[in-house]
Amino acid sequence: MIEFKEVSKTFATKDGNLNAVNDVNLTIEDGEIYGIVGYSGAGKSTLVRMLNGLETPTSGEIDINGAKMSTLSGKELREKRQKIGMIFQHFNLLWSRTVLQNVMFPLEVAGLSRSERRKKAAELVKLVGLEGRENAYPSELSGGQKQRVGVARALANDPEILISDEATSALDPQTTDEVLDLLLEINKRLNLSIVLITHEMHAIRKICDHVAVMEDGQVVEQGTVFNVFRNPKQTITKRFVNEEVDPASSDTNVVLDDLIQNYPNGLLIQLVFHGDQAKLPIVSEMIHQFPEIQVSIIEGSIHQTQEGAIGSLYLQLLGDETGLAGAQDLLKKMRVETEVIHHG
Amino acid sequence: MGNSSYFAFDQVDWNMMGSSTWETIWMTLVSMLFVAILGVLLGLLLFETSGSNSLAVRGLNWVIAILVNVFRSIPYIILIILLLPFTKNLVGTIIGPVAALPSLVISAAPFYARMVELAFHEIDRGVIEAAEAMGATKRQIIFKVLLPESMPALVSGATVTTISLIGYTAMAGAIGAGGLGNLAYQEGFQASNNTIVLVATVVIVVIVFAFQFIGDTLVRHIDKRTL
Repeated sequence: MIEFKEVSKTFATKDGNLNAVNDVNLTIEDGEIYGIVGYSGAGKSTLVRMLNGLETPTSGEIDINGAKMSTLSGKELREKRQKIGMIFQHFNLLWSRTVLQNVMFPLEVAGLSRSERRKKAAELVKLVGLEGRENAYPSELSGGQKQRVGVARALANDPEILISDEATSALDPQTTDEVLDLLLEINKRLNLSIVLITHEMHAIRKICDHVAVMEDGQVVEQGTVFNVFRNPKQTITKRFVNEEVDPASSDTNVVLDDLIQNYPNGLLIQLVFHGDQAKLPIVSEMIHQFPEIQVSIIEGSIHQTQEGAIGSLYLQLLGDETGLAGAQDLLKKMRVETEVIHHG
Repeated sequence: MGNSSYFAFDQVDWNMMGSSTWETIWMTLVSMLFVAILGVLLGLLLFETSGSNSLAVRGLNWVIAILVNVFRSIPYIILIILLLPFTKNLVGTIIGPVAALPSLVISAAPFYARMVELAFHEIDRGVIEAAEAMGATKRQIIFKVLLPESMPALVSGATVTTISLIGYTAMAGAIGAGGLGNLAYQEGFQASNNTIVLVATVVIVVIVFAFQFIGDTLVRHIDKRTL
């Protein structure tokens, strides 16, 4: 278990003090993937760099499985660091070493014998799916392959935690998904806690169990990914969620405005489904029960999270008032979250 | 004395030419060995002490930087003269190839130290940080990250330094260190034997080309950044 207790970090800069991290309290349970999302400069990188002592907190405490990080220094700190794997946005591989030698680096640091290093590194290279590329140099690999080497290297000393610092931000969407799938697989297989920082809600939604949203050094919202996506409270969280759930929201808004002008008496609603609801024939049920209502579907999407699916659907309903009221009642009965956008 | 005086090859003592060539190569290689060791140490010290928060460390960096800059600024021919008493104390003589070593090393080491420092600064900061995050000690970072990652730059810097050392040995030769510079001055210029001057020149050019070729080949072999 990782605990941040009232952690703050202040940097002295030319323009005065900068509160990079401001009174953060977080608890990360064993074996979960914890996402920390925020725009650049929000303090998320500084926060996780305190996990392995690359930064020290100005005040507050960080506990990793009972060990207080701030009390560690020298040899103890280095030994603890060996148990905290980290992967980076720009991979940070040694270009002078082959894939296998890069993975052996942390094992050399830990002082394993040559034969043990070879054996362990070969296993890890296989685990991340780079078998056959052991003797390639980083310059011969694609971005996704380089990050796989980064993952293998981070896992070398059987870490208690894996920190992912914007590890997919330099990759294309498809490679991003491949690396995220790999992280998820490793999390499940090794029951390894992963702390993932990113500015992409996509990565959070795809693999994280919990998420914390950071803004100006503070955690402004946290909870399960499912709940945060379903019901974002802060403006910044809504922005992140909308970017991901509804990337074309501005296009949708144009269409919605048109419809409101052309059918001032129509009803425009947004439905949000979660979990198994997303798989039920809710709309067709509504049409069956209220055949006099005209339904047109404007935009819909569905996204998978670790806890279940979240779907969103924009509908225009045209008909008489009793029909429309009945349809809304039906949706309520079926526990579909309904938001009325326009009712003429 | 016409241009034909350049081509009186029967006037050349080839044994002397051979031993002078060997002296030049010996002075270059032995001084370069010391320059490499001293330069890497100084460069490492400059790199490790730069940008520190501690005032004492910043002071150390400042002192080393000043020393390096001072010795880099002294023209070599003056440095030899300046170091004559020091050389006499150190090696017991001011004549011959061994006597050339102290001034060669002291003039070239600061030059190489700057190149070493630059080479270390060119390593991606993130790579060093990754090693720190893995729990590497300073020593491990130096031997497993800094040196191997900057090796192509260290070797090409050493090549450039070696070539300027060859030039310095010729200058040292003019005031008695031996080698091809000495031969060209004593047996060539003083004895009005233009052929010796020409042959010594050609041999020096060949040595320079050879070192350049060896250096370039080595760099190509160890540089894995672009394949």
